[in-house]
Amino acid sequence: MSVESQLLRFTTAGSVDDGKSTLIGRLLYEAKGVYEDQLASVRNSSVNRSTGPIDFSLLTDGLRAEREQGITIDVAYRYAATPRRKFIIADTPGHEQYTRNMATGASTADLAIVLIDARKGVLVQSRRHAFITALLGIRYVAVAVNKMDLVDFREDVFRRIETEFLAYANSVGLKNVAFFPISALEGDNITEKSARTPWYQGTPLLEHLETVDLGEGHNFTDLRFPVQYVNRPTLDFRGYTGQLASGILRPGQTVMTLPSGRITKVKSLPSFDGDLAEAYPPMSVTVCLEDEVDISRGDMLVDPARVPHVSRRFAAKLVWMHETPGEAGRDYLLKHTTQTVRAQIARIRHRIDINTLAEQPANKLELNEIASIQIETRRPLFFDAYAQNRTTGAFILIDAITNATVAAGMIEESTADSLEPLQLGSLEFSGETEATVTPAERYKRAGHYPATVWLTARQELAGMLERKLFDLGCSVHVLADDRESHLLPELARVLNSAGLIAICSIASPDQTEARRAQQLAGDTRFLLVDPQQLPVKDEEASEVLMKMLEDRGVLRRKERFEVGEGI
Amino acid sequence: MESRVLSHLRALEAESIHILREVVAEFSNPVMLYSVGKDSSVMMRLAQKAFHPARIPFPVLHVDTGYKFKEMYEFRDNLAKELGLNLIVYANQAALDAGANPFTLGTQKCCAQLKTRALLDALAAGGYDAAFGGARRDEEKSRAKERIYSFRDKFGQWDPKNQRPELWNVYNAKIEKGETIRVFPLSNWTELDIWRYIELEKIPIVPLYFAKEREMLVRGNSIIPLEHNYPIQIGEKPEMVKVRMRSLGCTYCTGAIRSEAETLPQLMEELVQFKRSERENRIIDHDTEGSMEIKKREGYF
Ligand SMILES: Nc1nc2c(ncn2[C@@H]2O[C@H](COP(=O)(O)OP(=O)(O)OP(=O)(O)O)[C@@H](O)[C@H]2O)c(=O)[nH]1
Ligand SMILES: [Mg+2]
Repeated sequence: MSVESQLLRFTTAGSVDDGKSTLIGRLLYEAKGVYEDQLASVRNSSVNRSTGPIDFSLLTDGLRAEREQGITIDVAYRYAATPRRKFIIADTPGHEQYTRNMATGASTADLAIVLIDARKGVLVQSRRHAFITALLGIRYVAVAVNKMDLVDFREDVFRRIETEFLAYANSVGLKNVAFFPISALEGDNITEKSARTPWYQGTPLLEHLETVDLGEGHNFTDLRFPVQYVNRPTLDFRGYTGQLASGILRPGQTVMTLPSGRITKVKSLPSFDGDLAEAYPPMSVTVCLEDEVDISRGDMLVDPARVPHVSRRFAAKLVWMHETPGEAGRDYLLKHTTQTVRAQIARIRHRIDINTLAEQPANKLELNEIASIQIETRRPLFFDAYAQNRTTGAFILIDAITNATVAAGMIEESTADSLEPLQLGSLEFSGETEATVTPAERYKRAGHYPATVWLTARQELAGMLERKLFDLGCSVHVLADDRESHLLPELARVLNSAGLIAICSIASPDQTEARRAQQLAGDTRFLLVDPQQLPVKDEEASEVLMKMLEDRGVLRRKERFEVGEGI
Repeated sequence: MESRVLSHLRALEAESIHILREVVAEFSNPVMLYSVGKDSSVMMRLAQKAFHPARIPFPVLHVDTGYKFKEMYEFRDNLAKELGLNLIVYANQAALDAGANPFTLGTQKCCAQLKTRALLDALAAGGYDAAFGGARRDEEKSRAKERIYSFRDKFGQWDPKNQRPELWNVYNAKIEKGETIRVFPLSNWTELDIWRYIELEKIPIVPLYFAKEREMLVRGNSIIPLEHNYPIQIGEKPEMVKVRMRSLGCTYCTGAIRSEAETLPQLMEELVQFKRSERENRIIDHDTEGSMEIKKREGYF
């Protein structure tokens, strides 16, 4: 193995007792990854559930409870190397109770070996694991039809399983599926082609693992650099550290910082070994920027021409991993890249029956269930669909009280449309730059001052107020928070500086954005009404608001009547 | 076009640096356990890289049993000076004063007092909420089961049957007061990776890893170093043997191996030929079946 050899991370999957651990033990043994003293301790072990001289599963089932119960409980990570590749292997449990540990092992894998007991065929648990494999976006699947020794190496048994599994694989969107007739116990088609399967034309399993084309395996186009930690050893040095999720970083390159939307350039990529000319995933690097911008952990550097979704709401697939059921409306902590935010499951869209793939209504998520849900977070996240980006599309949910990791999530799409890249990028330039047209001139033409009205959970009222003001001859526009609530303050400011009245209609009572909008608009031009104080009837409420706008001098009473009466 | 594929060593390096930074960003008082061995040396270099140009932003804790090799103490103190480390040395002084030693206590009890107890006391004394350790999953079968963020309860205990799921590189750092996380940035490195990286990065290591004529006691299959007044039995005589240490612990519990490997390339060549694991010469792991798991449950690293 050369220092430059490539790394393949793979995992096992499949139902309990299908032979996963035995296979990994066998692979390690054949790849000379087992030391004599380790083998001797397995040979001398009081337990041997296999019919052979060595119970290979004992090489990975390293916990007492596992050896006692004869099952795998938690993932074992093992390592092997051949002249061609280096392998990180996750041997996962098949038992349904430990599905979360299977998901743990599979989450970092490039390839999954799905084992199927030739005698039993495709079981519910084989499907569950295949489904999770697909959800986790594992690119390659090797289906090892195991225990062929117990079915006399019959081709028809193998083909039947192949057909059945392929149908399921297709329906869950698994690609690159290869099949291998093996005996983990006796070593058939593991490292060498077996003489007992003359009908099998393919390669042995290990050769497949050594040669499966990993390509470059990374997205080099869409820059995503989640800031992990700000390194400030001296006043003169400010480095943003993190691991590149995708894209390339080079000195001189233009980047946008999120959530601020500011544009700046990469100054340098300093490292212990000198400045780097380029950084690419999955490198961990330090970035220095040209401008003094306020960036902290959880922010993200992105390519201004290819921005991620920015939203507080999105749809996701969830694997529930805790005994306490998941419920809509409960508070969780959501960790996504380097951000941890408060979040709720806004809605459970449906649960998925992994056997039939039917979508079923559900109001709770039980242990090991998979569901399609909608998430709402307190602060906006910067994300891509998991299918596009395994780093910026993934998150976990943490129980806010017990601190347990309760779910793994894969983002499907943003519920609200994402802004077009250019619009977001141009926010940077939207300030009062060259005042060729003065606010006074705008006022004269519009007949009113600009202002921002902030309304919480009163969508209808927002529309009614807009209509009233418009009918008065005012320039007015409603910004609803499906336009990304964290951008509302900025958008409102743009409208204000163009002389308009902006009505921000927002669903969540979170005051963070309101405060920012107030700062941007200025106190007198900002109208925030406590929802409790406002009449419930929209008609009455709109009148109260009109009055307040007049009182603040935004609308001139006289003109209101003039224009109003004219209609 | 040039290829943008990271070699496996650089991929491991990137993963470890990510872990180190994540902990520093999310915990209020992390500490690095430093054992002076080869894995610690690699972990230290990774920490330098992670926080360059800053100094390593957390203290470094050496749990000293008092039974380490002289060369290890020298090496440790030099490195601390050179890197400007905030080095904390902690020993279970009460036990040492009471005469704790492996010769009379036996290795299990000695380890429980001078290592596990000392470690738990040191962590409590410093109020650390996270502690980095240089353990690797390929070392031992119960370690192969451990998470990168390994949750420990208020008593420092590990519950292997109830570990938090750990997906992707999104680590759950949430704990209550008194609970801690043991963090293993080298989880996915193998013994050979460590040596390759030491060579690639020219990382200084304790000279005990290289073969040299040393005065040893040969008893059956064991070659025992003679520091700390090792009790010699009647009829035994120390002799000069060309040996090296494959892993470093306390003098008595780290057996030496006969070797001619005086350089890194020779050492790695020897390693590839090895048919036995690096911890085989560690007496502690073999006292009873599953003894590492038991010690880990009790709070050992
Ligand atoms: N005859 C035969 N037996 C096998 C083969 N592979 C595994 N076994 C046996 O099947 C049983 C289960 O094997 P394991 O490797 O523990 O199964 P597993 O899939 O790891 O089980 P879990 O991890 O608990 O889900 C053991 O008794 C093995 O010896 C095979 O190819 N042929
Ligand atoms: Mg198993």
